[in-house]
Amino acid sequence: MYQGTRHRAPAIVSRPDLAAIAEWVRPRAKVLDLGCGDGTLLRYLAETREAWGYGVEISEANVLACVRNRVNIIQSDLESGLSAFESASFDYVILSQTLQSMHHTEEIVREMLRVGREGIVSFPNFGHWRNRMQILLGRMPVSEALPYQWFDTPNVHLCTVNDFETFCAQHGVRILERRVLHLGKEVATLPNLLGSIAVFRIERRD
Amino acid sequence: MHDPASVGAVTAQTAEFNTPLQFRSGATLDGYRLVFETYGELNASRSNAVLVCHALSGTHHVAGHYEDNPRDIGWWDNMVGPGKPLDTNRFFVVGVNNLGGCHGSTGPSTIDPETGRPFGPRFPVVTVEDWVVSQARLADRLGIEQFAAIIGGSLGGMQALQWSLDFPERVRHVICIAAAPKLTAQNIAFNDVARQAILTDPEFHGGDFYDKSVVPRRGLRLARMLGHITYLSDDSMAEKFGRVLRSGALNFGYDVEFEIESYLRYQGDKFADRFDANTYLLMTKALDYFDPAHSHGGDLSAAFRGATANFLIVAFTSDWRFSPERSEEILKALLDNELDVSYAEFKTVHGHDSFLMTDPHYHELMRAYFQSIEL
Repeated sequence: MYQGTRHRAPAIVSRPDLAAIAEWVRPRAKVLDLGCGDGTLLRYLAETREAWGYGVEISEANVLACVRNRVNIIQSDLESGLSAFESASFDYVILSQTLQSMHHTEEIVREMLRVGREGIVSFPNFGHWRNRMQILLGRMPVSEALPYQWFDTPNVHLCTVNDFETFCAQHGVRILERRVLHLGKEVATLPNLLGSIAVFRIERRD
Repeated sequence: MHDPASVGAVTAQTAEFNTPLQFRSGATLDGYRLVFETYGELNASRSNAVLVCHALSGTHHVAGHYEDNPRDIGWWDNMVGPGKPLDTNRFFVVGVNNLGGCHGSTGPSTIDPETGRPFGPRFPVVTVEDWVVSQARLADRLGIEQFAAIIGGSLGGMQALQWSLDFPERVRHVICIAAAPKLTAQNIAFNDVARQAILTDPEFHGGDFYDKSVVPRRGLRLARMLGHITYLSDDSMAEKFGRVLRSGALNFGYDVEFEIESYLRYQGDKFADRFDANTYLLMTKALDYFDPAHSHGGDLSAAFRGATANFLIVAFTSDWRFSPERSEEILKALLDNELDVSYAEFKTVHGHDSFLMTDPHYHELMRAYFQSIEL
C-alpha cells in the first residue's frame, strides 16, 4: 500500500487536467496511469481518493521520480502494448497528456479499454483559437498547453476536441463524460475553439 | 586508506544450530553452522534489518574488509555501507554464507560428525527453500522477527522471492535483481556442462577428494570459465578484449593468444583457488530446481497468491542469462496478485554481472527505494 500519506501533497495545480481526472476517480479505485511522469497524479489519487495502482513510464528519470514519490512504477514502452496486464483488471486506465506523443494511437486506446473498465484521456486541444491564430499567422503553435518548438516536440499525433470525438465514434468508443478546460476553468461555449485542454472519460462500446 | 563510505573492518560471526534441518530432498542434518556478518545497528524496534542473499559464488562477506586482509573487500561493497544505496547508517544489514557453501557455513568440506570424514558428495542437495528456512532460523537467533527488506541478485534474488512465499509475514520488501522465476533448458544446459567439467575431472574422486590432498582444479576452472562467459555480454567482451592478441601476432598454437583467453583462464584459476567443487555442484542444482510455480501446476501467479511484500524487480538489458523478459514473468505474477511492485530495466553493457557494477542510474534507484522504506 502507499506509504507516503504523511508527506506533503504534490503540487497538482500546475496541471488542471489532473484535478479534473481526480474528480472522476471513485474512492478506492484501482488505477493504471500510462505515461505517469513523476507519479504526481497517482500520489494525488492515493492521498485524496485512496486509489491504488501502478504507473507506466519509459524514462529512467521518471521511474526514479516515481520511486521517490512512493508510487508503484513499471518501466515499459507503451508503444509495445500492455501485455503484462490482464483484461478488465483496472477500474480506470489513465492516459494524461500522453496520447498526442504516441505513435500507435489506435492500439493504445484499444489496449487501455481492454485493461480498464473505463479510460480517462487528456490532451491539448489543437483547435484552441490561439493555435489557429498562430497557424493563420504562418507559425506552428507554441503555447502553455503546447510548449514545444516544431523541431523538438515529442508530439506526433495532435488532434482537436472534434477530431477525438470522431475517432471515438469510428473506433467503438463511447464517451461517458467530457470536460474542456482553459486556464483551469471549464469552457462551456465553443469548447473546440475556446478550450486548450480536453479530458474525456470513455469506455468500450460492445 | 580510510574510505568513509565503507563499513570498514568487519568480523565474521558464527551461529551453531542444534535443531535438525529437514531438506526438501528428504535428507536431514542434525546440526549445522552458519557464518555471517552484520553491518550497522539493529534499532530498538528491530524494524531495520535487511538480509542480503548471495548468488552462486558469493559469501557472507558483503561489505567492508578484514583487519588482517584489507584487500579482501566484500562482494557488494559498492551497494552496502554508510551513505551507500543500502545505507548502513539506517539499516542493519545481514550477510550469510548459505548452507552447503565453502566459506565457513556447514558444507561438503565440513567433517560429518557421524563418519568423522568430510561430507563430500554425501552433503544433502540443498534447495532455495532449504536456504530460506536456515536463514529464518538465523533471523530468529538475531532477534529479527521481520526483515525491512530482503535483497539479492541472480540466485540471491530467487531466495528473496522464496522468502515472500514461505514467510510472507517476515519480510516487508523484496528486492529481486537480475533473476528469473525458473531456469530455462538453456540455463540448465550451461549448468550441466559446468557440472560435467567437475564430475569428470579425475581428481574429483566422486567428490571425496579432501583426504586425497588433491583438488579438481581443471573441472572448477572450466566450470568458471563457462559460467563467466554467460555472465558477460558479447558487447562487453568485444569492448574489453575485442580480438586483441597478447603478443601482437598469431603464434599458430594453442597457448594463450587472445586477451579473452588470458582473462578467462585467470578467472578460472582464481576461482579454483578459493572455491569448493562440491559446493559448486550444489549451487548449480539449487538454481536448476528453483521453480515456485511447479507446485501450482506451472502457474506462477498462483504461486504468489500468499505473498504480501512490496516488490522491486530489476533487470538489465544486456543480461542474456536472466534477460529482462524473465523478470517480466515475475512482474506479471505480482501484478496478477495486485501486489505493490515496481519494475526497472537498466541499459547496461555488463550482462548478468551488471547487478554487481556501479551504474549511477541503477544505484540511484536502489538508494531511492531503500529511502522509501519506512522503519
